[in-house]
Amino acid sequence: MSKTKGEHGPLSLFVPEPECRPGDHPDFSEMLIPKAGEARKPPVDVDPMEIHDLAYSVIRVLNKKHEAVGPWANELSDEDLLEGLRHMMTLRAFDARMFMAQRQGKTSFYMQALGEEAVACAFRKAMRKGDMNFPTYRQQGLLIAGGYSIHKMMNQIYSNELDPVKGRQLPVMYSSKEDGYFTISGNLATQFIQAVGWAMASAIKGDTKIAAGWIGEGSTAENDFHSALVFASTYKPPVVLNVVNNQWAISTFQGIARGNAATFASRGLGFGIPSLRVDGNDYLAVYAVAQWAIDRARRNLGPTLIEFVTYRAGAHSTSDDPTGYRPKDESSTWPLGDPIERLKQHLILRGQWSEERHTQAKAEIESEILQAQKKAEEHGTLHNGPHVPSGTMFEDVYKEPPIHLIRQRQEAGL
Amino acid sequence: MTRMTMIEAIRSAMDVAMETDPNVVVFGEDVGYFGGVFRCTHGLQKKFGSQRCFDAPISESGIIGAAIGMAVYGLRPCVEIQFADYVYPGYDQLASEAARIRYRSAGDFTVPMTVRMPTGGGIFGGQTHSQSPEALFAHVCGLKTVIPSNPYDAKGLLIASIEDDDPVMFLEPKRLYNGPFDGHHDQPVTPWKKHELGEVPDGHYTVPLGKAAIRREGNDVTVLAYGTMVHVALAAAEETGVDAEVIDLRTILPLDLEAIEASVRKTGRCVIVVEATKTCGFSAELMAVVMEGCFHHLEAPVIRVTGWDTPYPHAHEWDYFPGPRRVGAALKKVMEHG
Ligand SMILES: Cc1ncc(C[n+]2csc(CCOP(=O)(O)OP(=O)(O)O)c2C)c(N)n1
Repeated sequence: MSKTKGEHGPLSLFVPEPECRPGDHPDFSEMLIPKAGEARKPPVDVDPMEIHDLAYSVIRVLNKKHEAVGPWANELSDEDLLEGLRHMMTLRAFDARMFMAQRQGKTSFYMQALGEEAVACAFRKAMRKGDMNFPTYRQQGLLIAGGYSIHKMMNQIYSNELDPVKGRQLPVMYSSKEDGYFTISGNLATQFIQAVGWAMASAIKGDTKIAAGWIGEGSTAENDFHSALVFASTYKPPVVLNVVNNQWAISTFQGIARGNAATFASRGLGFGIPSLRVDGNDYLAVYAVAQWAIDRARRNLGPTLIEFVTYRAGAHSTSDDPTGYRPKDESSTWPLGDPIERLKQHLILRGQWSEERHTQAKAEIESEILQAQKKAEEHGTLHNGPHVPSGTMFEDVYKEPPIHLIRQRQEAGL
Repeated sequence: MTRMTMIEAIRSAMDVAMETDPNVVVFGEDVGYFGGVFRCTHGLQKKFGSQRCFDAPISESGIIGAAIGMAVYGLRPCVEIQFADYVYPGYDQLASEAARIRYRSAGDFTVPMTVRMPTGGGIFGGQTHSQSPEALFAHVCGLKTVIPSNPYDAKGLLIASIEDDDPVMFLEPKRLYNGPFDGHHDQPVTPWKKHELGEVPDGHYTVPLGKAAIRREGNDVTVLAYGTMVHVALAAAEETGVDAEVIDLRTILPLDLEAIEASVRKTGRCVIVVEATKTCGFSAELMAVVMEGCFHHLEAPVIRVTGWDTPYPHAHEWDYFPGPRRVGAALKKVMEHG
């Protein structure tokens, strides 16, 4: 050991900090935002070594003038785009309504997807019936874009007598096998490796179905993210691994899970998994990238990792107040804009839409949601009931109740 | 009928299950080409192909997490964790996921998965190859936990576990793989070939989960045991001459409450013999079950004989392992009352 003291000074720990905190002027100037249309579109059987750049870039289709440009601009029809807009508007209105219902004391908890609507809605459009999503609590857009009944969603949120999961789960923890929506876990990240296992099963059986795993950027730090990437790279099952980077994990900025220069997409490169980064607020870009990855999976070419760059415009949940950790106006300065506004402007440019029709559609959707809400409330809300009878809480722990549960149910008198 | 070791019986169970149901797949660390470090999956890859029996990365959370996804799809994965001591990285997937998926989805999704793992000591495995973590599974509602004590049961219980529609933890007492070890480590092991429970049918049969077996009928004291401890208890009964009724629980969850209660009500005494550590171990649950169900029939305080509350010490194995001497002393002590 050298006796020289202070040669390099004392060590210190580097703890990353976001650019801005409350009171600061929001600043996204450091963010790399390539021009729309710039990113190349490789063939789906590309060697992952040849597309490293796409894990550090951002694939974008809609430009500032709201035109669809570049090789990822796709052939979505006017009808498809109008439907996509309607899905996103429905999701936003639904979220707003349910957020309010929580504030009115009709349920315990709610989580919005405000600002990230394009991610789940456009992705769902590229999937087929029979495919399976392993979502997080913020992909309710998959259900809405898949045509799932919003009335049923509300029954779940209210834990009422029609709740498909019988009052056992926190609001927004939906489950629907029929609709390709795996039961949501409150434990982050666990579903990511399960999606890989599901896809392995599909391959083992010689099926044609694919799986999509979903995870927030904060949760990529969990071991399940890494085991998912290991298994996906080893067995090359038909799975699309989606990281929704909405910048914030409750109060923790993305830099805490990510490290400095790396991107979440670039995590896939070390595993030899083709990895793309995409503008998550661009409906057309999300759809095109989803198509590309799903096409790869369907052709037995294996997994794809996608990072959706977006912004969580709302609070984390009804239990959160973001003004405590980020500037109030950060959301309005987010450089990738708002997904609904962008698709709306694009449709106007295509001559398919107008401000008047938009206002009218918004009113229509809001009234549909209000109707569904009334209908759901006729079947109960969390605190006022009615619920599924309490005795059912002893069911489904196992397929058949073992003797100790039969005795406990008798003891409970339910 | 063939005489089999417990390893052969376990292999035969997977072989039969894979033949009966094309949805059964087997994987784990070193499980494919090589056939497992204890050889339990030897020959399965050759027979069924590498799509149905394969090696997995060293990632217990990955193995269990992927198996859950497969089970949700509709397969019946039977995966191996190389030693029970290494299940902890996969514990979150068991406790938070496998055990909860049926319940939280109200039966929409289910997890018909079996997780096999060698358990227990007696092989000089030190603290990382000797643990008995069964209480950590039995405490989690939604999991079933099975621990066979002989080749016949091992095969029948494993087929039943694979065919079960809920997640099953299947713990294989590794000291029993080659013979019915009764704790007399200084004496040669009797091979399963010479034991009637080494007699195993070749084809398909099941031993139901949740049913205990009486290994020795007796009138004076009930001994509750499972896995290796069944053989230790039998030896202790013979050596002390105490007329003990030895119950092999076989599954600790579901637990055969009726068999336990009937026996303890008959004998009025109970000794609980469990290899795992004592505090909050499954022995404590058994004690509680006996107190709740049989208190007015008891003529003596219930005694537990367990592993000490220390990590499993390598060189001190035989002072740690609850052998026939300690069990015999407990039997005599419980007989001193009344
Ligand atoms: C295993 C686990 N750890 C912690 C939590 C608490 N928690 C819930 S959401 C959340 C933040 C997740 O952030 P991210 O993954 O980025 O997803 P986002 O909420 O931004 O969509 C945390 C820490 C949890 N639910 N599960």
